[in-house]
Order: sequence, then structure tokens, then C-alpha cells
Amino acid sequence: MRDILCISRHSPQSGLLAKEALDTVLAGATFDQSISLLLMDEGVWQACAPLGTELSAFKDLSKNLNVLALYGVDTIYIHANSLKARGLNAHELSSGNTTLLDQADTQALMRDHQHIFSF
Amino acid sequence: MKFTLVILGAPYSSAASFSAWRFCRAALENNQQITRLFFYADGVHNTTALAAPPQDEIDLPAQWSTLIREHNLDAVVCIAAALRRGVLDEAERDRYRKQAANLGAEFSLSGLGQLIEATAHSDRTITFGH
Repeated sequence: MRDILCISRHSPQSGLLAKEALDTVLAGATFDQSISLLLMDEGVWQACAPLGTELSAFKDLSKNLNVLALYGVDTIYIHANSLKARGLNAHELSSGNTTLLDQADTQALMRDHQHIFSF
Repeated sequence: MKFTLVILGAPYSSAASFSAWRFCRAALENNQQITRLFFYADGVHNTTALAAPPQDEIDLPAQWSTLIREHNLDAVVCIAAALRRGVLDEAERDRYRKQAANLGAEFSLSGLGQLIEATAHSDRTITFGH
């Protein structure tokens, strides 16, 4: 069983919570915890190409997601139903190293972690 | 059971803070342990000493302070989240040359490592957000 699953459910344009969730993943990895990131609901926008940061008060997070691999977070889990509900598909994901999960796989991922942080 | 509570909601923007406060109180009344309270994201607004709501409304920052003081709880505020939202202790006030400090005396500023460490020593970590 892995230590922490961080579920990030907010878009990068909606506020700072997406960035603060990502910072938590980096902190966990820095402190040698086995930590995973699941993008769900509006959070799936984090893995898509940015719309243009000049229109947003918040920084582009997609580059930060690609840094996760350097911290031992090898894959970013994406809730496939959340993508579908927003008319998105896997080809529109700009971040590498993503794994799409159906409903059953998402439930299994949650069961496989001792703690869940929900952002 | 040992709990770490993560408070992500500002006091009057969602039910998160009040729900967390009620959970914390109920856990303590039932002889459960609170390993640490961690105030993060907009939840840092619960830790200001300067909130002055009307007398007929709940004063959540004061309620948190009282609960922490009465039970000698460990209450940590993420320093990066606090600084960007204007919640400063006296050391940060001096460092950034601001005019005032507003962090309540019951709270301490520290890093995200405190959340990770507390989680590693808890049976459950519960996030109260929106």
C-alpha cells in the first residue's frame, strides 16, 4: 500500500488550490513518501495545454506537472470520466506520463493508498 | 485513533472551517487524538488575530484559538500560503518590512513538511475543503 494519494479537483484558472495541491505532492516526494496525484473533475484541465497565461492571474502549471517525474512521481493519474464529461480526450493532454483510469481503476487507486488529501 | 486535520477553507467562505472545528471538538470529546491541525490554502485566514465579526455571529478564528489553547493542540499554518494571503507573525513582519503582524498566538508558521510528517504519524488525515 502506498502512503498518500493527492486528489486535485480544481482547474488551474480557478484559484491557487491546484498549485497548492501540486506543492503538497512535491513536499511529500521530498520527504520520501510514496505519493500519487490524481486529477479529477475540473482538475483535469491542469494536464491540458494552457489557454494563455496572459489571460490568467495564475501561473501555467503544466510545466510543473512534468517536473514530478524528477521527484519520483512517475505517472499522473487522470480520471477518464472527468475528461469525457468536458469533451476532452487523451490527445489533448499536454503533460507526459499520464495514466487514464476508469471508475473501477480510480476506486482501486484510492484503496491502494493509506491517506487521501482532497484538494 | 490519531487524526491530522487539514483546513483549506476560509472561515466564512464555505462550511469547511466550521465542519473541521466541530469534528475536532467531537474527536477530543470522544478521547481521540489530534496529531496536528494544518491550515493551508485559504484556510490560513482562520488564523488571523484581527477578525472582528459582529457579536451575534460565530467568531471562527477565536473559536479555533480557544479550542487549541484548551487542549494544547499543535496548530501549524503553511508559511507560503500565509505570506501570500497577508497572514504574518512578527518575524515575517520584520523580514518583509510590513506594518503589522496578525497571526494568532496559538498558531505557528511552518512548511508543508509538517503536514507530511503529521500524516505519517496519524491513522487518518482528513481534509476540509470545498
